[in-house]
Amino acid sequence: MKVQYNKHETLSAYLLLSPVMVGFLVFGLLPIIASLLLSFTKWDLFSAPQWIGITNFVEIFRDKLVWLSLWNTIFFVLLNVPLGGVIIPLTLAILVNQKIKGVNFFRTIYFLPAITLSVSAGFVWSWMYNPEFGIINYIFSLLHLPAQRWLLSPKIALISLIIVNIWKWAGYNMIIFLAALKGIPNNYYEAARIDGANSWQIFKKITLPMLLPTIFFVVVISVIGSFQFFDLVYIMTQGGPGDATMVYNLYIYQNAFKFSRMGYAAALAWVLFVLIFFITLTQMKLSKERISYEY
Amino acid sequence: MNINQSISASHKKIYTGNWFNALSYLILFIGAFLVALPFFWMLSTSLKEPANIFAFPPQWFPAPITFGNYYEAITVLPFARFLLNTILVAIFIMIGQILSCTLGAFAFARLKFPGSDLIFSMYLSTLMVPEIVRIIPNFILIKSFNWIDTYKALIVPNLFGTAFGTFLLRQFFFTIPEELIEAAKLDGYCVLRIIFKIIMPLSKPALTSLGIYVLVQVWNDFMWPLTVINSTEMKTLAIGLTSFQGLVVNNWGVIMAGAVYTMVPMVLVFLFAQKYFIEGMTMTGLK
Repeated sequence: MKVQYNKHETLSAYLLLSPVMVGFLVFGLLPIIASLLLSFTKWDLFSAPQWIGITNFVEIFRDKLVWLSLWNTIFFVLLNVPLGGVIIPLTLAILVNQKIKGVNFFRTIYFLPAITLSVSAGFVWSWMYNPEFGIINYIFSLLHLPAQRWLLSPKIALISLIIVNIWKWAGYNMIIFLAALKGIPNNYYEAARIDGANSWQIFKKITLPMLLPTIFFVVVISVIGSFQFFDLVYIMTQGGPGDATMVYNLYIYQNAFKFSRMGYAAALAWVLFVLIFFITLTQMKLSKERISYEY
Repeated sequence: MNINQSISASHKKIYTGNWFNALSYLILFIGAFLVALPFFWMLSTSLKEPANIFAFPPQWFPAPITFGNYYEAITVLPFARFLLNTILVAIFIMIGQILSCTLGAFAFARLKFPGSDLIFSMYLSTLMVPEIVRIIPNFILIKSFNWIDTYKALIVPNLFGTAFGTFLLRQFFFTIPEELIEAAKLDGYCVLRIIFKIIMPLSKPALTSLGIYVLVQVWNDFMWPLTVINSTEMKTLAIGLTSFQGLVVNNWGVIMAGAVYTMVPMVLVFLFAQKYFIEGMTMTGLK
């Protein structure tokens, strides 16, 4: 059946859409296409851009730092998403969802890092990680744990950054889970209890399945975000020591705005785009097979 | 373990035994200690005299307390100006985004026009595009306009709404009864009047959520200001502290005082509008 459109309605729709569409076209779609074109050029911003075909993409495959930063990024994703995206926030959400005294206090505390600027967070954690005078090594010494060099150690610098990132975002994700927990109808629990289910069974058969869409949502968002990890690493280590914390997004940024290799940076950025696109698509496919959204 | 215990606690008392309440509290307190430690340490360091900052073992509480670091921080960096810049940019972007998203969302939710679904899904798919893909050409664009180091560079690219905001409001507009709009049409209301007189007043919760979401986005935005702002007096709070690098190396008292300055505005906003924050977050988080 062919839909009939009212001319007047169509015109008003397009007029109403014009502001968002200007934003979409000029600062969304146009830059995406421009990036793609740029990725086939060599350009330092000062001389005219040079068309060099797929040279940039060939270089990406040969560039050791690309592979290293990609590996660091994947390491970051694999630790950050399960811990900072799901396990810690979900545990906290379940704990502060209880009807016990003081939960509002805990919710507020846990949420504070989310509204703390990355710069402030980065500075205070750098100071706490200080190997000689930092409070963390002092606390370690009180607990008879060996002192660490944290951000200065190539081995654990990246893990140190992941800890800060988890600290910053766990409370934010907790709030999302908390809302989902509150959305589970209470009669589900009552019915299960009447049937004699124990707490673990209730968690496994009711809470967890009901939370799956939210878990999926948080995982997708966290994966997209983690692949673009930038602020804290820029502030705290700039990729060092050596290249121990060089993550992919920082490497793109440095190529663009430190080394003025606009074409190469655009090519790297497009590779990231394609990567995120396929990972997200795969997650969507997997979720369609496993998660039923019907409540 | 603790998960299954707390579940039973949260949904009517099966086991109201003290021991698992105690365990919950233990975990909550350890968590709160770990989360609060950086804030405590920021405050403590900022109030210490320079000589005591590097004391070993460290002083937990500053003795004597000094405000010298706070004086020095504002002589090194113009924090009032950073705040002013942030507020100015945030107000423009909030108004711009709320208006654009409302108009766009109404069209997507309530009007029939050719290409509606296609345009909407294309628009929504931009959410997956990494920021850096757009930043490189946008930087070149802004540079060619000679807008580097201006408010325009910070405001204009973010003024026209986002796919996320449009999506959020569109979902909300679906829930507004069609009869209200039909009745308004019969009364001779034009589309704009329907939006401003009927839709917007009914959508206050969604608009508040969007407003808070935009505020937090602008507040935290780091990469874009970092790219288009060079001079110290044009910086927003989110990148203001980066100017400390090189200016006050290792002077942690001053740096921490600066960090406290950057925290105060948002913590105040948060404490006063906590309810809206949580509601806004759950709404934006779940859709």
